[in-house]
Amino acid sequence: MTDYARYTTGDPLADTKAPDGPIEQRWDTRRFTAKLVNPANRRKHTVIVVGTGLAGGSAGATLAEQGYHVVQFCYQDSPRRAHSIAAQGGINAAKNYRNDGDSIHRLFYDTVKGGDFRSRESNVHRLAQISVEIIDQCVAQGVPFAREYGGLLDTRSFGGVQVSRTFYARGQTGQQLLLGAYQALSRQIAAGNVELHARTEMLDLLVIDGRARGIVARDLVTGEISAYVADAVVLASGGYGNVFYLSTNAMNSNATAIWRAHRRGAHFANPCFTQIHPTCIPRTGDHQSKLTLMSESLRNDGRIWVPKAKGDTRPAAGIPEEERDYYLERVYPAFGNLVPRDIASRAAKNVCDEGRGVGPGGQGVYLDFADAIARLGRKAVEAKYGNLFEMYERITAEDPYEVPMRIYPAVHYTMGGLWVDYDLQTTIPGLFAIGEANFSDHGANRLGASALMQGLADGYFVLPATVNDYLARHPGNDTPGPEHPAVAAVLAEAKERLHRLVGVGGDRSADSFHREIGELMWEFCGMARNEEGLRKALDRIPQIREEFWRRIKVPGTEGEFNQSLERANRVVDYLELAELMCLDALHRAESCGGHFREESQTPDGEAARRDDDFSYAAAWEFTGTGSAPVLHREDLAFAYVHPTQRSYA
Amino acid sequence: MKLTLRIWRQHDTEAPGGMATYDVDGISPGMSFLEMLDTLNERLTVEGEEPVAFDHDCREGICGACSLVINGEAHGPERTTACQLHMRSFRDGDTIDVEPWRAAAFPVVRDLVVDRAAFDRIIQSGGYVSVPTGSAPEAHATPVPKAAADSAFEHAECIGCGACVAACPNGSAMLFTSAKVNHLGALPQGAPERETRVLDMVAQMDAEGFGGCTLAGECATACPKGIPLTSITAMNREWLRASRKVPRS
Amino acid sequence: MARTVWGSTVGKKAVMAVSGLVMLLYLVVHMFGNLKIFFGPGTFDSYAHWLRTLGEPFLHYEWALWIIRVGLVVAVVAHGVAAYQLSRRDLRSRPVGYVHTKARSSYATRTMRWGGVILALFIVWHLLDLTTGTVQRGFVPGHPYHNVVAAFHDWWNNAIYIVAMLALGLHVRHGFWSAAQTLGAGSATRNRVLKGTANALALVLTAGFVAVPVGVMTGLVS
Repeated sequence: MTDYARYTTGDPLADTKAPDGPIEQRWDTRRFTAKLVNPANRRKHTVIVVGTGLAGGSAGATLAEQGYHVVQFCYQDSPRRAHSIAAQGGINAAKNYRNDGDSIHRLFYDTVKGGDFRSRESNVHRLAQISVEIIDQCVAQGVPFAREYGGLLDTRSFGGVQVSRTFYARGQTGQQLLLGAYQALSRQIAAGNVELHARTEMLDLLVIDGRARGIVARDLVTGEISAYVADAVVLASGGYGNVFYLSTNAMNSNATAIWRAHRRGAHFANPCFTQIHPTCIPRTGDHQSKLTLMSESLRNDGRIWVPKAKGDTRPAAGIPEEERDYYLERVYPAFGNLVPRDIASRAAKNVCDEGRGVGPGGQGVYLDFADAIARLGRKAVEAKYGNLFEMYERITAEDPYEVPMRIYPAVHYTMGGLWVDYDLQTTIPGLFAIGEANFSDHGANRLGASALMQGLADGYFVLPATVNDYLARHPGNDTPGPEHPAVAAVLAEAKERLHRLVGVGGDRSADSFHREIGELMWEFCGMARNEEGLRKALDRIPQIREEFWRRIKVPGTEGEFNQSLERANRVVDYLELAELMCLDALHRAESCGGHFREESQTPDGEAARRDDDFSYAAAWEFTGTGSAPVLHREDLAFAYVHPTQRSYA
Repeated sequence: MKLTLRIWRQHDTEAPGGMATYDVDGISPGMSFLEMLDTLNERLTVEGEEPVAFDHDCREGICGACSLVINGEAHGPERTTACQLHMRSFRDGDTIDVEPWRAAAFPVVRDLVVDRAAFDRIIQSGGYVSVPTGSAPEAHATPVPKAAADSAFEHAECIGCGACVAACPNGSAMLFTSAKVNHLGALPQGAPERETRVLDMVAQMDAEGFGGCTLAGECATACPKGIPLTSITAMNREWLRASRKVPRS
Repeated sequence: MARTVWGSTVGKKAVMAVSGLVMLLYLVVHMFGNLKIFFGPGTFDSYAHWLRTLGEPFLHYEWALWIIRVGLVVAVVAHGVAAYQLSRRDLRSRPVGYVHTKARSSYATRTMRWGGVILALFIVWHLLDLTTGTVQRGFVPGHPYHNVVAAFHDWWNNAIYIVAMLALGLHVRHGFWSAAQTLGAGSATRNRVLKGTANALALVLTAGFVAVPVGVMTGLVS
């Protein structure tokens, strides 16, 4: 164990909601033991849902269909713009339409293994069970999945699995699934069952008598800050990848909702588990505001290489074959260019660190289609990847048919999030977290096409059942009014924080701080981490935080439309969350999935898990900004899928 | 690159607005148009001026948030969203006019930010299939011909950005509305509500104060997702058919 | 249904499409009849007389003509009122215009409104000129050949007719295509044919109508 003194260890944590018994029956058992609310009484209950992505949109629509009064929030101008919309590849489901040996158990197995044995078996099995219902629901909504000539649904394969179970709608599966959920939600808005607050951002959580009773949110147009009370609160606000500044997340995706809930008592689990996607378009300069993903499918036909010699600045065409290093094919002959995401990402980082990277700043590797074009012909390559090639050319102004693509890994998804039990309830009663916002089902690494599956499983099927149970057990008419002292106190606190931000009147923009913390995190808590670097980051973050509160400049006032203020307020939370991420990464002195500790590797440089010491989820309890958090361990038991070391060589 | 920007500034919906001129320097051709605006905003912030407000989010052309009329063209000179427009499409020394979407149904919130809630209300009026969670039949129960699925997808690609309205000489939302009508209309799942959907959505579109269609075709030219003008024709057909089948008061 | 149609922009546009097509059909027949002038006063005047006796003995003298006239008036009024209402709506839908303007649609598309107004004014002039003879000094009722030749002896009247017919061509060019789309007849495969038909109609109508004043001016018709 580390001797790091900035945290203490508290009582272990256990999921008390998952029933015992055979894993196939647990979800049925849980649904049966869950109490129900009389349909006539449901409209008396208000449920707040924060976020309108796949998880939030589907949850809001379903809760409203059941008869609850739903009050829903999104910071975007429309629920249809949530960042789930950008997901490209597809959604997994154990339909076994291909008759290729797929089953619920296989999807369960693949997901637990892909997560490098850091997820909870009960949850993952339920996810696999529900996956088949999701496809039914989405098809009925009119989601235009790709079909074959017989009129049946088409599927394709994705990384890390040997069956074809990924349903897709060209390269825009996330968009189509989100529009399905958005349309279901729209129907409920029209019916008056959902009260939607667009362009409204959650600032804080109301916890009264130990239960989540609402939120404080700011109308981004008028600047008005109000309290909204409810009987239960659902956070579906997405992940926190934007801590890194440059990521594939949307510009305004943020961690404020989950971080504020954490500050109010919800434990934050496995914050250091971030997924770095290997095939993104590299940054071109300091002005870069975000990174764009290129579908992983490109690695099926593209060959990844860098020059053998350091500092070789010749154009790709000028480097002869024998001076090229196809390093993935060399090191992992069995899987070659198709090794899992974490391995491909780390390998790219290693060659760039050696000074063999290509492109501006040496932060890139070639993804070369010359062989594929020679073998299949340009037409075939165009049919397969034409839209991706076009996208690449639009951004880089380079023609990938002529010049090899340049790619580099980028932050893409966060597996960590608010700790939840089997009911998706956080450690605050009445506060639920769904989708990427919870620490969920992916363990230390998420498989491709599983994020959409999880968001929709949580929103359409799991949460509505478990919220029912919670509300049935808390039927009282004791909804606090806005005059309740606890409501007034949180409201005043939120107003004061924004007022303080505007009042500093410094000389640096929120963006400049965001960039600074992002670069620090990328360097020390990115693709590879070590104790020395993490300690350095942990020393540096409080200094940046102190400087932030001294030098931040927010033009305008808090009582108006103010995008600078929105950004600054989000950066406040990144500056605290970053510290917890580094701390979590430091304490977990093993490598697993997306978390690679340089101290813990096999002799040939692969990630070495340490199951004896770290087979647990780390749930952190907040004790104050800059003060030592408390670690609660939830031990993970593997009764159905036995941990093994991954090998791809 | 050195550029002169003329940008519409307007404090709020009620306030009068006007074009303000800014010079920007050190712009690289690889920057996206929005990153160029970021550069300007960073400078304005440090100088204590209020930065230019504009909507943006995913910056990869799919969320539909960005909404700039650049030199009189919705999303600028390339057929894509403003976030995917790069500065290499301009020349050193250019003067660039940047304005918000202009339509009565899209009131300006601030500067280049407009309120597009009217689009949401059009969808709410019928742009869905009424299928509560859990009530869906097995996905393969109804095969859908590939051509129908592909046609549905092509219309479903709409990102709801509003460029069609911004580009239309009449501020019409016909292309947006028709995209959803045709997406759901092409599929057997959308058939039961086919008539009410098109009648209700067109009625809502009219109620929002959008203009009528004169088939000028500028919407389809501006659409970053390439929704074709024939989408409007198909909706007209659908609407006329529905108006004959469903007598309404 | 009538209220649904008139109460909707799509329905009102359909009314414009149908009334426009009715007028277009009339114009094709009208133009065809006009060309009879090149076969001399006998043919032309007897054609005019035939129009009045059309449908006899079932219909009384001139009834068929009046039925057509009433139908045309209904079409013109419906077309005009719908156009006026839709145009007002279109103007209201963008109260603040763009500073930087850039028109990309075709000239025919952009001139539909003013073109329509020009045509409406022209119809009034045309009726006063060649139907009632109110504005024509040498008008002799019942002698259309004579009246046409007389009317086109004034260069400025020729100019009015030629300009109006060019406006008509532009109006038909976009109008026919637009009406087809409004009535749902267009599709990706059919649109080329529709565009071609629209252009052909515009060209033939303009040429056919302009032929008469040009014929008089050049002395071909006298």
